Amino acid sequence: MNSGKNKPAPAGAAESAPARFDVIVVGGGPAGLAATFTLARAGVSVACLERGSWSGSKNMMGGVIYSHPTSRVFPQFWREAPLERHVTRRDMWFATTDSAIKASFESADFGVEPYNSFTVYRARFDKWLAAQATAAGAWMITETLVEDLLREDGRVAGIRSGRPQGDLEADVVIIAEGVNSFLTERAGLASCPPQAANVALAVKEVLALPKEKIEDRFDLEPGAGAAIEIIGEITGGLPGTGFIYTNRDTISIGVGVLLNSLVDNVTEAYTILDKFKQQPQLRRLIQGASPREYSAHLIPEGGYRCMPQLYGDGVLVAGDAAGMVNPINSEGANLALLSGQMAAETVLACRQQGRFDRAALALYQRRLERSVVIQDLKKYENATPFLASHPQLFGLYPELMAALAREFLTVDNLSKANKEKLLLKLFRSQVPARRLLKDLYDAWRSLT
Amino acid sequence: MPINSVVCIKQVPDTSQVRIDPETGSLVRQGIPSVANPYDLYALETALSIRDRHGGFITALSMGPPQAEEVLRKTLGYGADRAVLLSDRAFAGADTLATTYALAAAVEKIAAGSLVANIGSGKGVDIVFCGKQSIDGDTGQVGPGLARRLSFSQLTYVCSLLEVDLKAMRVKAWRQREDGRELLQAQMPVAVTVTEQCSSIRYASLPGLIAAAKKPVEVWSAADLNVERGRLGLKGSPTRVSKIFAPPARQRGEALSGPGKSAGEMAASLFDRLADRGLKIGRRGG
Ligand SMILES: Cc1cc2nc3c(=O)[nH]c(=O)nc-3n(C[C@H](O)[C@H](O)[C@H](O)COP(=O)(O)OP(=O)(O)OC[C@H]3O[C@@H](n4cnc5c(N)ncnc54)[C@H](O)[C@@H]3O)c2cc1C
Repeated sequence: MNSGKNKPAPAGAAESAPARFDVIVVGGGPAGLAATFTLARAGVSVACLERGSWSGSKNMMGGVIYSHPTSRVFPQFWREAPLERHVTRRDMWFATTDSAIKASFESADFGVEPYNSFTVYRARFDKWLAAQATAAGAWMITETLVEDLLREDGRVAGIRSGRPQGDLEADVVIIAEGVNSFLTERAGLASCPPQAANVALAVKEVLALPKEKIEDRFDLEPGAGAAIEIIGEITGGLPGTGFIYTNRDTISIGVGVLLNSLVDNVTEAYTILDKFKQQPQLRRLIQGASPREYSAHLIPEGGYRCMPQLYGDGVLVAGDAAGMVNPINSEGANLALLSGQMAAETVLACRQQGRFDRAALALYQRRLERSVVIQDLKKYENATPFLASHPQLFGLYPELMAALAREFLTVDNLSKANKEKLLLKLFRSQVPARRLLKDLYDAWRSLT
Repeated sequence: MPINSVVCIKQVPDTSQVRIDPETGSLVRQGIPSVANPYDLYALETALSIRDRHGGFITALSMGPPQAEEVLRKTLGYGADRAVLLSDRAFAGADTLATTYALAAAVEKIAAGSLVANIGSGKGVDIVFCGKQSIDGDTGQVGPGLARRLSFSQLTYVCSLLEVDLKAMRVKAWRQREDGRELLQAQMPVAVTVTEQCSSIRYASLPGLIAAAKKPVEVWSAADLNVERGRLGLKGSPTRVSKIFAPPARQRGEALSGPGKSAGEMAASLFDRLADRGLKIGRRGG
């Protein structure tokens, strides 16, 4: 290809580089950077290896990050981090192709410190996280793909990258590689085989719109933001949700749909997104906005049941790589941050005994179990199978709710008493009472 | 005897992602990631391979906004020994005249420092490398301008640097011309601009990257250089852009297709087509 490749670098250049690290973190997303930052601040020598040209370059997210978990790792981050808007309004829409029932919650205290959540551009936010890790003393190594783990007497002893002289040793490797958890598999820790039923495909567009227009259309105070979650016929009746988040002068709009349902229905996610954008109530919000970027990403939705073994000899797994996404509240970044921090704290505790074997690192699992990370994941362990097996939640029910609302609100020559009868009839014709009861019961069992 | 070289690196918008505003004709740079000018990386590789052979010291030098630090940091990963960024509002808006003025002052400062530290050949800076041009400005003037200001000899459009003779202080190189190549020899100190025929940049080793991760990128302001402020940046730039336009897209060529026709028939119809357009076609030997 080119003659410059694979020439060894001159010896002089490597003089001051440590030949090994206490800890290697694979992946510079929220999980990896939380771990790297926590370790570096504690004075541990840690290298974080990221395949992208900078942290954030490969990341995309809807996306809202939450103050509380984020500030546990990066105290008062909102004073400095590049954030888009603090979210003061959260909406839930049940939408059909031409109508919508909107539930909206707005709170003034979401608009003051410490805030509740923020919309972020991951490309900028992750870069900032990486800068914090560097400032704390970590070694951020980008454009470096980790291809395998090094093993010594059965334990993980480092990583192999694709670069010349690309092996690097460490006492512990923290795998924070995100949803395509190839190294987790190589480490023999994976529990579910990668399966289309356990991941959602999200596609997202970023559309540019002047700041004032955004605040006008979404009815927001200057600087405040809205996050809208949408379910209904707009995902083509497939199990999935749509979302709109307001950034400073852009809007993120996208849909996430379980991958196997796309495969089964021979649909493409972007076709769904295109239809979604045509929905009249939505179209009004994004009218005249010009496309800036387009991206697609997977989200692990297997939940608690598909979590890999979280620790092994010399190795820990955190974030999306460990399947830590709560599919109901679409929270992943906060679980990633918290699990990354706990992985780091586990390593710090184990360093005191100088032991990094399975038994010692099992502390990580115990910490996670006492935290919201595993408690939330356990709570919703049945959510994804439930949603996948109840497509009526995404098609029929929102459709029916809208039909009932329409009938109820339409004034015509039907008396109100007759209208009630009609509504009831309409409802029963669509959903037999037994079915409704069963769905409610299933929902209660798997979501509460 | 080791060689002390300076490689000039420009941060440019990643042109694979640049659009032209159809109304103003100017580049839409907003939100476009920056990369190192690709020709400058050929220059860096040329400097690195000379250092591989002869030893020496390489300083990567850039003038640009604070974000240009990232591009310079990459050069440290590839193996540059030192990185210097000229960053100051006073440098902004510079054309090639003002750019070479600031860069030359920086090269002089680097040379003076190397003499004190006894780096390289002991004669200051021996070679300044540049890419043959930048992909955003396309002027190709910075290398020659530097040579002139520093009173260095110059070798432009070098496609292969053959030999560095330290005793005689001479370099020998192939220079790319439109109609071929010429073999040239020049006296050091020399400014060399390189083309894409030189080796592309090496894949940095992991230890190289690790070493680079913590090396500082030095930032120099106008006050750090021996310069007159009036000759820097916009003030020092006589060039005025009077008009910018996007070149009209080239028309697509016509493709002849004739399913079921023989090659001979196709050639005949091509021949007729050309003759229709008034092209005189001479037949070989005819
Ligand atoms: C459309 C969408 C919307 C979302 N919305 C939200 C939201 O609103 N709120 C929320 O909390 N979460 C949301 N999430 C989930 C959230 O983005 C993830 O849970 C979170 O990014 C997980 O962090 P992570 O560090 O584990 O993985 P990632 O962010 O995926 O980071 C992994 C990193 O590792 C790198 N990497 C991978 N393999 C290697 C390798 N072999 N060598 C070197 N580097 C490697 C990657 O380049 C990447 O930078 C959303 C996700 C999507 C796709």
